[in-house]
Amino acid sequence: MNRFYTALAYILLALGGVVMVFPFVWMLLTSLKPFGELFNLEVWPRDPTLDNYREVLTRTDFPRWFLNSLGIAGITTATVLFFDSLVGYTLAKLRFPGKEIVFVLILSTLMVPTEMLVIPWYVMSVGYGWVDTYWGLLFPGLISAFGVFLMRQFFQSLPSELMDAGRIDGLSEFGVFWRVAFPLVRPGLAALGIFTFLGNWNAFLWPLVITQSPAMRTLPVGVALFSGEANTAWHLIMTASSLAVLPVLLVFLFFQKQIIEGVVLTGVKG
Amino acid sequence: MKPRFSLATREALWALAFLAIPLVFFLFIRIYPAFQALWLSLFEWNADPAKRHYVGLEHYSRMLTDATLGKALRNTVLYTVIGVPLQLALGLILALLLQSVTRLRDLFRAIYFTPYITPAVAVAWVFSWMLSPNFGIVNEVLGLLGIPAQKFLTSPAQALPTVTAIVVWQNLGFQVVLFLAGLESIPRTYYEAARIDGAGGWATFRHITLPLLNPVMVFSAVIATIGFLQLFTQVVNLNFTDQGGPVGSTLTLALYIYQLAFARFQLGYAAAVTVLLFGLILIITLVQLRILSRRVEY
Amino acid sequence: MKKLLVAALLALGLAQAQQVTITYWQYDFKSKVDTINELIKQFEAANPGIKVVQQTFPYDAYQQKVASAVAAGQGPDVVNLYYGWLPTWVKAGYLQALPDELSKSLDTDFIGMVQAAKVNGKYYGIPTAVRALALFYNKDLFKAAGIKNPPRTWDEFYAAGQKLTVKQGNRYTQIGYGISPDGQDHNVVREILVRQAGGRPYSDDDRKVLYGGPEGLKAFRTYTDWVKKYDIGIPNFFPGNNGYRDGFIAGKIGMIIDGSFAIGTIRDGAKFNWGVTEIPIDRPGARKANFGSFWLHGLSPLATGAKRDAALKFLQFITSADTERMWLERVGELPARKAILKDPKLSTDPIYGPFVVGLSYAKATPFVDEAAQRKVMVDAINRVLLENADPDTSLKQAAAEDQKILDQFWK
Repeated sequence: MNRFYTALAYILLALGGVVMVFPFVWMLLTSLKPFGELFNLEVWPRDPTLDNYREVLTRTDFPRWFLNSLGIAGITTATVLFFDSLVGYTLAKLRFPGKEIVFVLILSTLMVPTEMLVIPWYVMSVGYGWVDTYWGLLFPGLISAFGVFLMRQFFQSLPSELMDAGRIDGLSEFGVFWRVAFPLVRPGLAALGIFTFLGNWNAFLWPLVITQSPAMRTLPVGVALFSGEANTAWHLIMTASSLAVLPVLLVFLFFQKQIIEGVVLTGVKG
Repeated sequence: MKPRFSLATREALWALAFLAIPLVFFLFIRIYPAFQALWLSLFEWNADPAKRHYVGLEHYSRMLTDATLGKALRNTVLYTVIGVPLQLALGLILALLLQSVTRLRDLFRAIYFTPYITPAVAVAWVFSWMLSPNFGIVNEVLGLLGIPAQKFLTSPAQALPTVTAIVVWQNLGFQVVLFLAGLESIPRTYYEAARIDGAGGWATFRHITLPLLNPVMVFSAVIATIGFLQLFTQVVNLNFTDQGGPVGSTLTLALYIYQLAFARFQLGYAAAVTVLLFGLILIITLVQLRILSRRVEY
Repeated sequence: MKKLLVAALLALGLAQAQQVTITYWQYDFKSKVDTINELIKQFEAANPGIKVVQQTFPYDAYQQKVASAVAAGQGPDVVNLYYGWLPTWVKAGYLQALPDELSKSLDTDFIGMVQAAKVNGKYYGIPTAVRALALFYNKDLFKAAGIKNPPRTWDEFYAAGQKLTVKQGNRYTQIGYGISPDGQDHNVVREILVRQAGGRPYSDDDRKVLYGGPEGLKAFRTYTDWVKKYDIGIPNFFPGNNGYRDGFIAGKIGMIIDGSFAIGTIRDGAKFNWGVTEIPIDRPGARKANFGSFWLHGLSPLATGAKRDAALKFLQFITSADTERMWLERVGELPARKAILKDPKLSTDPIYGPFVVGLSYAKATPFVDEAAQRKVMVDAINRVLLENADPDTSLKQAAAEDQKILDQFWK
């Protein structure tokens, strides 16, 4: 009976997997097609070539866009992981007056669409001279309400006795957070890390608005250059997209490992 | 030695210290600009601040007679009502399936994650081909099953469900990661105790997995709802030359706001619609938090 | 007293500094960017006190980029924009009216449709180049279908279209005409078919929508019949943005109506013999009409004082006759000055010719809110083609919606 279920699970996962991965594979395959084959309605390239990669990597500023995006996504992921878990912990585990208000206040910032904040941010950046700088690109993403909410949920499910034990051991409040609580929410941190990295990696509107010079362009803004008024270079877009996926996949695999290691830890302590 | 502060005060001070920087950030970067937008909704906007004249609630009364806004609101609610339950249910099923397999687990996880990392432009292009009424592979498969060709994204009747399905498909990648993180956080000892008590699979799921997954569930429901209510990127990319079309059938509130502000320069009115969207999200979220959090007291 | 002194010192400082830097924005298109860079070099050599910085942004995102800068009251001194955006920009206070001396030359030296760069009687920008529409056709497909000449009348167009349309069961494998409501077809209906039917899309003062009248209804039905009656094409035949053009390039569409800006793309992509011909008419000698449009360079409110003088100089330089000739050669866009357009070499060119001839009777639709007005017409067409709505009802609804947009703008 159990074997039957296992077999069923594999079959379902395999079928679903095809649906999930097919567009991704199509993207990769398209990146190997010369322009002339773009519209011939076939999945497999007849005449696979790496020319598109050569063109994207050597004839455009792709490496620069890539590094810019990598830096921004990397830094914001680090700050978000730290600050969001700190705030999430505070909202989940510390008692202080006005806690609910602070939570709803932070949560409510998720409810205003970014499109409407772009203009005030831009005005602010002009005032402080942040236009066309890395700081200008970074600042809106340094802390995220999404992560605060997520980490609050994960900290909430930790038994408070663990923290009390830490206090008895003479740890400061920050020590309790950093040494006891933080390591226990690794699965949550991993999910947040993946989400934040990808969100900043793919961000388009704000990087478009805040940058002016070609050297400051991020990956999505650079890739947008491949579509013009009368033509869209889909073969190059697919190539750039395929390259853009790589670091995210690595980040995923790294954090994915954290999720699994998290099990062992909670399994022991819980 | 007697501590200088009472325990409660000490805890509150620590909380203040932990929250100080983030609170300044949120107030300055998120809340203040939001109020600026709110303020803007009372004015007829002009590049020259001296020429911005106060119009009171005019923009709000205009909303009452704006048929496009009505359509955007209806579509937005539809997206949310279809999309959120679908995303949560499929996400949970897939996460449980993925957790239950041992072989090829990493490979499966990576495969199910790929939709989430595929850039939106690439997704839009691939789907426009797959779902093409004339050339699409999906219609070919349907033909083999004896089902007539469908119009999908190019039909005003089918476009919204199709976009919803694509968004769910894409979000599932992350939803699964989230549920897996939640599942992996449940201490194994609980399951062992349940097994010793002789609980079956379904009973374990109902009485251990579901309740302990609740925090992640609450989070997912709230965030997915906010996400669908602010749906924008996929809608734009899936019909780039007639955004929100065909015949306005996929237009969302967020896209309408964007068009008003960035293509039509009606910033005041765009701000008023933003206030509407904000209000909608706030009410729904607060209701959700109240209902779902009550369930925590198991 | 103190104020006066500060002002005097400031004026002195400005005069002494002498070096003025102005910024120019356009969307990123390689040949345009390169040509402007070269023009900037020439301009700076001739004007030692002025430095020009060019900044470019992706085409698809250009409007968003400018709009957010505009909204913040920031951005370039000289900005490139589509003429249809002009009224909204002017209303939002983002453009300066041009001085009278420049306006005069626009009236006398430039092609008539630049009148569309006027809002409330004042010019707000100058174009370097203009565009018109024409019919692109696939010569190889024509030959294979036994069609000798490109269509001159709509009847010939239908006949050719039907011969070129190939079906396999319910599916179309090739179509005669690339139906594209959100491509150029909304312009074809509004500005070409309505005028050919003897109507006008809008009143001369641009306050009233007129295409809801009998000529408009006739024109609209003519267009929707391309699909409904003559079956020479279907909407969304080829997927992707601008699928009609991609489908033509892929050799699966016999004819498309497209702008002169598409020449380069089609030349690079099409692996077959193709040609261009004027937009068909009802019968020989019948009324001709075409949709003209242009991108123009405007002056933002940030250009004041010495910057304004420099910006005006630059504006004149990039719209001079010499620049227009260079632009035609390097970028392949048609000049906006009458004198250069008259060059017989241009009007007899097999590719550019039909566009140049079309320009002589082209009109630029006086949009007040291009994004919204385009959508109104696209939706009107799609209601008929995709939802089987009655053409008359659908167009009347569009005219009412459009009127609302005009009223909103002029109130």
